[in-house]
Amino acid sequence: MGRFILSRLLQAIPVLLVVITATFFLVRAAPGGPFSAEKIVPPEVVKALEARYKLDQPMWQQYFSYLNDLAHGEFGPSFRYPGRSVNELILGGLPTTAELAFYAMLVAIFIGACAGVMAALKPNTPQDYIPMSAAMLGICMPSFLMGPLLVLIFGVWLEWLPVSGWGDLPGDKILPAITLGTGYAAYIARLSRGGMLEVMSQDYIRTARAKGLPEWVVVLKHGLRGGLIPVVAFLGPAFAGLLSGSFVVETIFQIPGLGRFYVQAAFNRDYTMILGTTVFFAALIVLFNLLSDIIAVWINPKLRHQLREGR
Amino acid sequence: MTESIAITDLADAEQGTSLWKDAWVRLRKNQLALFGLGVMLFLCVIALLTPWIAPYGYETQNLQLGAAPPSWEHWLGTDIFGRDMLTRIMYGSRVSLAVGFIATGVALLIGVLYGTVAGYAGGRVDAVMMRLVDILYALPFMIFIVLLMVVFGRNILLLFLAIGAVEWLTMARIVRGQVQSLRRQEFIEAAISLGLSRWTIIRRHLIPNTLGPVIVYTTLTIPSVMLLEAFLSFLGLGIQPPQSSWGLLISYGVETMEEYPWLLIFPGLTLSITLFALNFLGDGLRDALDPRASKD
Repeated sequence: MGRFILSRLLQAIPVLLVVITATFFLVRAAPGGPFSAEKIVPPEVVKALEARYKLDQPMWQQYFSYLNDLAHGEFGPSFRYPGRSVNELILGGLPTTAELAFYAMLVAIFIGACAGVMAALKPNTPQDYIPMSAAMLGICMPSFLMGPLLVLIFGVWLEWLPVSGWGDLPGDKILPAITLGTGYAAYIARLSRGGMLEVMSQDYIRTARAKGLPEWVVVLKHGLRGGLIPVVAFLGPAFAGLLSGSFVVETIFQIPGLGRFYVQAAFNRDYTMILGTTVFFAALIVLFNLLSDIIAVWINPKLRHQLREGR
Repeated sequence: MTESIAITDLADAEQGTSLWKDAWVRLRKNQLALFGLGVMLFLCVIALLTPWIAPYGYETQNLQLGAAPPSWEHWLGTDIFGRDMLTRIMYGSRVSLAVGFIATGVALLIGVLYGTVAGYAGGRVDAVMMRLVDILYALPFMIFIVLLMVVFGRNILLLFLAIGAVEWLTMARIVRGQVQSLRRQEFIEAAISLGLSRWTIIRRHLIPNTLGPVIVYTTLTIPSVMLLEAFLSFLGLGIQPPQSSWGLLISYGVETMEEYPWLLIFPGLTLSITLFALNFLGDGLRDALDPRASKD
């Protein structure tokens, strides 16, 4: 297990290097510098600014000094917000985005697993078709459509829930979490249906039933453990999707999170902010893929066994 | 559209008809998939004929009318400039479908070639090529596409390329797996012993035999590409006015949804129904062409 984690960690390094390098040079190649949008600035001021942000150095020197900063956990100063560092901005937005992603994940897992398990217990009956068609609807309804529609129905017409904001009014976290979570609920429903269908026909389930265990113990204790393995493997990529999906949801509901900062930074050509957030997102995504791999091995006795035998 | 037709023609010529007839019989039993196929054909015909059958001009304004709810003259209502929504959605379908087909075509081309080469070469070449795919898989692509569109301007060609470049990875993996298992079969050995060149074997024997899964995955890629385009247009990074796409119409609709909800609902409904149809068609094709593959 230790060697498995170590080898996965080592695999993550080239991925991160590619991300950093690609983003760095892409952003530097962009036409229009960060200061060109402003009114005409005296040349000496431009010079002073360029010196401050190390833009006067040759490209490779900038690149290596950036790598060096990153290695020390330093994302550099923001171009757009003078006097603030990218670290501060990321840390300012991260808790909000993480909270949103967490609630969305809860929504997704709860709805998805319930629908999927229900469908798998009685395949090819209405108990299967109805939740699965709803799941398809969830996949086909993108968040930028789902969000506004939910706002329109529950915020504007019924006036049950606030239409925007985060933590200002009671209940304003409900709609964003549902908007972000439903798409993933749909995928989780399909995955858990497939997983459960396969597991419930296995011998050990027959054994559990033969022991006289009540059906709900068989399903929840013996079935779920194997049936949800595909779901666990999906959680890493899903979390990555939730983070990128947070752009839209944070824009729609005016939530001051990382995704909104990122979109703003992209429009403002805030070089260091774009670089910083991209690298940060990438690192998070790589980390979550790693975690979901580890959890998948941990809950699946077969995989654990394969690892112990040295593959 | 022409691409997928070309592929089926090629397949018929290469494979004889039995597999395809068989698949068609199975597909015909799946009503949801047939519904999906019908919707798609309908949409393609509409999109092709739009310039001739659209009820109004694309830019024809009627400022006195302004934003009007659906009526007998304007079936889906009008926007704030009095432009007919049905017409705008029809023109939008041209862009949305074109992006879907062309970007998928790019993904198809790269993915099939890459996967075939990796699977056929095997050994170290395969290991390096698939390692690269793994690395690219781990990149946060949504972020990269946003970045690309911001850095290089909102160019529709770049959009095709960017989306295609993201979507080829899964295709490459699927094709590689297929080719790997095909490579050991006797007819390939026979082809090798007949002295056919590598490229001929790949072109005449390997690629036609991977068509089943490739067609299935292509059908499932088109909706995800259309979704990506709509997402980018929604953020203001995709299609730019005066061109129009469903994503763009939705983003306009959102701005005024409280006063004029039909401006959001109709484009949204069109996009959802299309995605729905394509997903059902893809699932149906998977069941028909590849009975062993499970539904996720």
